[in-house]
Amino acid sequence: MTTTTDPVETSPLSRRPERAVVGEALPHEAAALHVTGRALYTDDLVGRTRDVLHAHPVQVPAAHAVVTSLDVAPAHDVRGVVRVLTAADVPGLNDAGIKHDEPLFPTEVMYHGHAVCWVLGETLEAARRGAAAVEVEYDELPALVTVEEAIAAESFQGARPTLARGDSAAGLARARHVFEGVTTCAGQEHFYLETHCALAQVDENGQVFVQSSTQHPTETQEIVAHVLGLASHHVTVQCLRMGGGFGGKEMQPHGLAAIAALGATLTGRPVRLRLSRAQDMSMTGKRHGFHTRWKVGFDDDGLFTGLEATLTADGGWSLDLSEPVLSRALCHVDNAYWIPDITVHGRVAKTNKTSQTAFRGFGGPQGMLMIEDIIGRCAPLLGVAPADLRRRNFYVEGQATPYGQPVRHPHRLVAAWEQVGETASLDARRAWIDQWNAAHANRKRGLAITPVKFGISFNFTAFNQAGALVHVYKDGSVLINHGGTEMGQGLHTKMLQVAATALGVPLARVRLAPTRTDKVPNTSATAASSSSDLNGGAIRNACDQILERLAPVRADLPDASWEELVSAAYFRRIQLWAAGYFATPGLSWDAGTVRGTPFKYFAYGVAAAEVEVDGFTGGYTTRRVDIVHDVGDSLSPLVDVGQIEGGFVQGAGWLTLEDLRWDETDGPGRGRLTTNAASTYKVPSFSELPAELNVALLERAHEDGVVYGSKAVGEPPLMLAFCVREALRDACAAFGPPGRPVELPSPATPEAVYWALAAAREAAGAAP
Amino acid sequence: MAEIVVNGEPRALDGVPLHTNALDFLRGCGLTGAKEGCAEGECGACAVMVARPAPDGSAATEWTAVNSCLVPAAALDGQEVVTVEGLGAPDSLHPVQHEMAVRGGSQCGYCTPGFVCSMAAEFYRADRAATNGTGPHHDQWGPNGFDLHAISGNLCRCTGYRPIKDAAFALGFPIAGDPLASRRATAAPAAVATRLRDEEAAYVRPASLAEALATLRDHEDAAVVAGSTDWGVEVNLRGRRADLVVAVDRLPELRGFSVDRQEIRLGAALTLSEVERRLDGRLPVISALTSQFGSPLIRNSATLGGNLGTGSPIGDSPPVLLALDAAVVLESLDGTRTVPLADYFTGYRQSVRRPGELIAEIVIPLPVSGVTGFHKIAKRRFDDISSVAVGYAIDVVDGVVRRARIGMGGVAATPLRGLATEAALEGSPWTAETVDRAAAVLAGEGTPISDQRSSAAYRTAMLGQSLRRLFEEVAA
Repeated sequence: MTTTTDPVETSPLSRRPERAVVGEALPHEAAALHVTGRALYTDDLVGRTRDVLHAHPVQVPAAHAVVTSLDVAPAHDVRGVVRVLTAADVPGLNDAGIKHDEPLFPTEVMYHGHAVCWVLGETLEAARRGAAAVEVEYDELPALVTVEEAIAAESFQGARPTLARGDSAAGLARARHVFEGVTTCAGQEHFYLETHCALAQVDENGQVFVQSSTQHPTETQEIVAHVLGLASHHVTVQCLRMGGGFGGKEMQPHGLAAIAALGATLTGRPVRLRLSRAQDMSMTGKRHGFHTRWKVGFDDDGLFTGLEATLTADGGWSLDLSEPVLSRALCHVDNAYWIPDITVHGRVAKTNKTSQTAFRGFGGPQGMLMIEDIIGRCAPLLGVAPADLRRRNFYVEGQATPYGQPVRHPHRLVAAWEQVGETASLDARRAWIDQWNAAHANRKRGLAITPVKFGISFNFTAFNQAGALVHVYKDGSVLINHGGTEMGQGLHTKMLQVAATALGVPLARVRLAPTRTDKVPNTSATAASSSSDLNGGAIRNACDQILERLAPVRADLPDASWEELVSAAYFRRIQLWAAGYFATPGLSWDAGTVRGTPFKYFAYGVAAAEVEVDGFTGGYTTRRVDIVHDVGDSLSPLVDVGQIEGGFVQGAGWLTLEDLRWDETDGPGRGRLTTNAASTYKVPSFSELPAELNVALLERAHEDGVVYGSKAVGEPPLMLAFCVREALRDACAAFGPPGRPVELPSPATPEAVYWALAAAREAAGAAP
Repeated sequence: MAEIVVNGEPRALDGVPLHTNALDFLRGCGLTGAKEGCAEGECGACAVMVARPAPDGSAATEWTAVNSCLVPAAALDGQEVVTVEGLGAPDSLHPVQHEMAVRGGSQCGYCTPGFVCSMAAEFYRADRAATNGTGPHHDQWGPNGFDLHAISGNLCRCTGYRPIKDAAFALGFPIAGDPLASRRATAAPAAVATRLRDEEAAYVRPASLAEALATLRDHEDAAVVAGSTDWGVEVNLRGRRADLVVAVDRLPELRGFSVDRQEIRLGAALTLSEVERRLDGRLPVISALTSQFGSPLIRNSATLGGNLGTGSPIGDSPPVLLALDAAVVLESLDGTRTVPLADYFTGYRQSVRRPGELIAEIVIPLPVSGVTGFHKIAKRRFDDISSVAVGYAIDVVDGVVRRARIGMGGVAATPLRGLATEAALEGSPWTAETVDRAAAVLAGEGTPISDQRSSAAYRTAMLGQSLRRLFEEVAA
């Protein structure tokens, strides 16, 4: 194994004490509640709340239309219907977003299934029947369903940034080999097991209290407030926990929470809004599909000389988070590779589909897919093994990304690469697989290794701040609150470990209270993988304030227990609680010029996969996966390994299995999501778990200036899954003649793999 | 009074609207552990355990995991249910809950109660035995005899499954005095004749076949349900409501099982799991079918009769049963008739079954052919709906195809026999050349369409490839 030689710096924030609670491999803090069914999610609160009304949408089955008449009267004839909410009921702003392009009650239907009004009923059944009784008349309009249609119609929205460095034309001109092509990738449904849910109540003083399955309580609060025409202090949002988020609950919960809150204010009764799976899938945004046109140059050594590309993100009907998603895509087209001269244009297509949104990786995966696809396709044309081509182009110390951020610690990626190569015996297995393939006409195995370099921090600098509230009670027990939300990623587990470590108390002395906007205000979304960095920094800050105030007492009572110390401090009238705050230092970003230092650091990882493809069907199994991933000095290894494995499998789902299909015909269903259910949209199941899965955390990976030397882990592992796609490409190639490039759509479903291998066979002169 | 015993406590069904599924009923009781993830039996977040007669036909009870979202609450009248809350509490975890917790088997936790129930059912499976490193010990079977397929109907979006697999394989066996283990020794609750009515509808579980047939004669538009794995989806996702639902899954006359030299008779109300366990590998092609049919959570409820009764062109059982020359026994007050399955389907979800008729039995003639096979083509290997499915039963005598039967699903509005391909094979030598020629014929059978599952071209290609694959499998 290669060792790294970084001096272990020790800024106060990253210095880890002896016998720290951080670094212990602990189960999820709510594991005992999860496994016994006692953990409460928003919809579980309904049975504990009296007189709840249920909301049901009226969805219009047209991809694009103008509503000419909305007759809600028939709904009132349905027994149990209490009220129908329409635009006329909105006291504030009729908008569900922050860009003011998402009318909450639209008059123009912008996608198939767009909800135009909501029915409140004594039961969900009554609300459903009431919604079916509402009469909507509309005139259909032409609809753009595919990104290609939008490109042809020049239907774009928002900013059109360009990432540029050097002279890409000159870079291509000096290349010995120039290739061009188109790479497209599909989007991805989040398929959090818990669909969107909100429960709103109004108290005797008019305070609106919304419990929401939201990654961004502050923004939910702001949008509820603006819809109701209230100031933020009138609205409190709480999130107990989410049954998965993955980015899908960063922007999408707001309008739904606003509907529930509007209903509660108008009826005086609690209102529950929970989407069914079909509603969730047909109404809420997904990962952006991308269309990318590229032209790339290599020199005789297989080094990149230049790249020109245009990335078009399929944004759906409104902007949502499409612009920052596009920014992150632009910032990740290089992945781990030095591309000296480069010009990449970005734009967001406006189509009549759900408003595509954040999803784990946030554009990074789509940007990286392009360069990995380029390498996978061009390597045979260059006569270089794909693994060699990747490795040759790695960044080295002193180089910077196209947007101007120096690439720090590139040797860590090399270390991870070499560790995977050795522990997974890649060279020996390559030879063995080649032999095996030669002996099997109808089954082929493939092997591939791919790297990940992913920037950590919100691109938009202002979001990189966080708050926390730490209470030490007189008995020495500790209650913490922070601005991040728990969606399964283990943030709360890590924050408990951070607080216990910072205060030097046993973990059992620390409890964590649910995320609420009246405890910690003005929070950023729990997103961009950075919540441990940010909220951990804020908790450290709060704990440090308390410890500083306790220091004089400690000086007087050097042998006192924690409880004695705290008690003594109270009687000396010392404040035992603190509000903590953290803002990531050293960041800068100019979205207009696409330049700056947007990231605190890069997270690195390397993965290798071996697959076996059935030549009869295109079906495949993943036989083995080896991962070495960089999480800095892990705050919580069990949590981090869980994030790596879960992210990897989710990424493999996006690249090989999950298949969003919209009706692209001119028939009456045009624009409808035809894979709108678990029976038609398949996420990975046990059958996609690699038979052998080896995960190691990169050692000697201390990250200075981050809480206890750790690194973010939420998103980067998703992109480790590129190795599965490249291994499938390798296996397909084995059906054909040597040196022939294989084009593989994304997702590489069994059908797509079958056509790829059939083409390879045909090129080899064999019958399909 | 109609009631369900949940975690040992009786819970009244009275006043519950009849379209209510067991999941919503349980959640309404304050038992919010079971979750709705999809409401169509695809994710398993709603899984609970039901005390059912042991599938081997003995007098014992088996804790059987089912999707509670698909089961009408009324169907559980008089039955015993255990939810995740009934297994253990945070300070007294059940062994399954303990392993899931300490190994990182839960992240967001929302799918976890369903996994715990599916896993607990396998934990309590009476014939589970440690393999001690021997026997069928590949990556789907733990050293503790845990069959990973038991949890293949549960979806997790967070973990990637590895820690859940580790938890399953780390389980021991129930300790002495484990109440749920002890419960297995005595019989499961008998079916209760149920007559429930709300303001709009009625739910009836007749006590006998005669009563069921009389009810159906009087109510031709009644919804006949067995495991409700299809009906439950209609109710939950498409808002279907029936004035009358008639449950037939516990009628003794529909639950027979017999094997003699001439034939196998399978009661239409046997679940797929029961069919699998009763046949016990006697017909490998049926084992190939049942192991790929939905998930265990579905197979524990779904019946062969139901699969034929809905008449879907993408049902998994027709291709195999067509290849086996199976027949369907139809019962009504007018009498009994036996219809070859090849003559049964008449159009999209249409059949020769008349109003008032019930599928009573499926008859498979013996002996079956020497070469059999079942190929299911789907996006996902576990728990997916087929794009194309093909069943084979081919007799090869002295190297010549004496007789060929091929059943196909997913290539037309109904399941189909591959008659032209059968003719192309019969009388020809069983060789690669014959198979290539016949594969081209098979690829031309049916009229496949393009939809969200696959393109017509892929379906066509898969038909042809299927026969080549069968040939290779036989050669191997």
